[in-house]
Amino acid sequence: MLTRRVIACLDVRDGMVVKGVGFADLATAGDPAALAHRYGREGIDEVIVLDVTATLDGRRALAQTIRQVAAELFIPLTVGGGIRSMDDARAVFDAGADKVALNSAALRQPDLIARLAERYGSQAVVVAIDARRDGARYRVFSRSATTETGRDAVEWAREASDCGAGEILLTSIDRDGTRSGFDCTLTAAVSDAVGIPVIASGGAGTLDHFLDVFTDGRADAALAASIFHFAEHPVARLKQFLASHGVAMRLAW
Amino acid sequence: MTIAIVDYGAGNLVSVIKAFAAVGASPRIVTDATQFAGAHALVIPGVGHFEATAGLDATRDAIRAATDAGVPLLGICLGMHWLFEGSDEAPGRSGLGALRGRCAHLPREAGLKIPHVGWNTLDDVDSGSRLLAGLPQGATAYFTHSYVAPDGPATVARTSHGTPFPSVVERGRIAGTQFHPEKSGAAGLQILAAFVAMARDAGVSC
Repeated sequence: MLTRRVIACLDVRDGMVVKGVGFADLATAGDPAALAHRYGREGIDEVIVLDVTATLDGRRALAQTIRQVAAELFIPLTVGGGIRSMDDARAVFDAGADKVALNSAALRQPDLIARLAERYGSQAVVVAIDARRDGARYRVFSRSATTETGRDAVEWAREASDCGAGEILLTSIDRDGTRSGFDCTLTAAVSDAVGIPVIASGGAGTLDHFLDVFTDGRADAALAASIFHFAEHPVARLKQFLASHGVAMRLAW
Repeated sequence: MTIAIVDYGAGNLVSVIKAFAAVGASPRIVTDATQFAGAHALVIPGVGHFEATAGLDATRDAIRAATDAGVPLLGICLGMHWLFEGSDEAPGRSGLGALRGRCAHLPREAGLKIPHVGWNTLDDVDSGSRLLAGLPQGATAYFTHSYVAPDGPATVARTSHGTPFPSVVERGRIAGTQFHPEKSGAAGLQILAAFVAMARDAGVSC
């Protein structure tokens, strides 16, 4: 049986893991390789490294950080942040990433999704969507949630999927860093609209939040950062909790 | 054990190399048959479209000669599909044909997400499989694919996504995994270690 995935996100700036509230106020959480390896041992299903300031600073995700994270990690590794071209993606794959996450660049040039999917396969292309609630709809923001694009999140997810994206990484800007729970309405709307897996992100605070997003939100995977970094909810305990509530989980092996 | 990993331009090989090194083997990337010399086993990795296996046409005869001589061969994901006669994903292309049948798209069902991405269990494990020996019941592996191999006598484990499909095939020293053992944590590393052991026991090289 296909299990739901629990994913640890490492927001990296200048080689260190940071985590803020609502994309700002970044506070240092630690060494990315050490954290990734700890999560791997604890049974995390996947790791995502986001170079959070790469787009704004015009920097590429740091190849050195990726190499260190990938060194002893035998589970999938996704890298995002500042990937704007085939060359940027190649540098990230060469450093040991299994998938790339595109955000601002995919909005600017959707054909980059198709070109990456053709070269590396759809399974290697994740389109990250940052969305903010606006009445009954969700608007897409780019450039680390600083720029409104005028796009609707559900429509953009569908288009990205049609272009060849293999997964959608969906972040609620409203919930990011607040620990008030995932936006299950947003997640369910996108999950129902596309035939590819949706990773819910933003707002994880308690074990129940994960249960909610896997049931009400119909998420295929759920991502969190700070609740793992500060070891409030060890990965194994979270997964056992979810399994005991009927969510298919990969336990132990 | 020298493990030759055939680079035919389909996806990146960094993870596969790291994983074989982690289980004590000496992985080596090879791009043409002249570089097979001395290899104790061959690996066809790969992600992406079956069309990309066009890059294996140049080494097909050498791979067949190696397996005929008893050198173990492991196909991973797309590499596993190539062990068969072909795939509906690229109808004009021929596989190695070491295993009978053609690969086909996962049957579509309402509400079923395709590609099949994530960790899934290995079911119906054949107790005679050398690759899967000692694996605990309920072991999971990381999958990411839309096409599946045909079920047949070579199937030694199945996995279900809507319908069951072969997740591990094995016939003599020719084996394939639909999942990515290099990305499947401890279970994946154990499977790769079993393949390296198969190469050691075979005692032949290219």
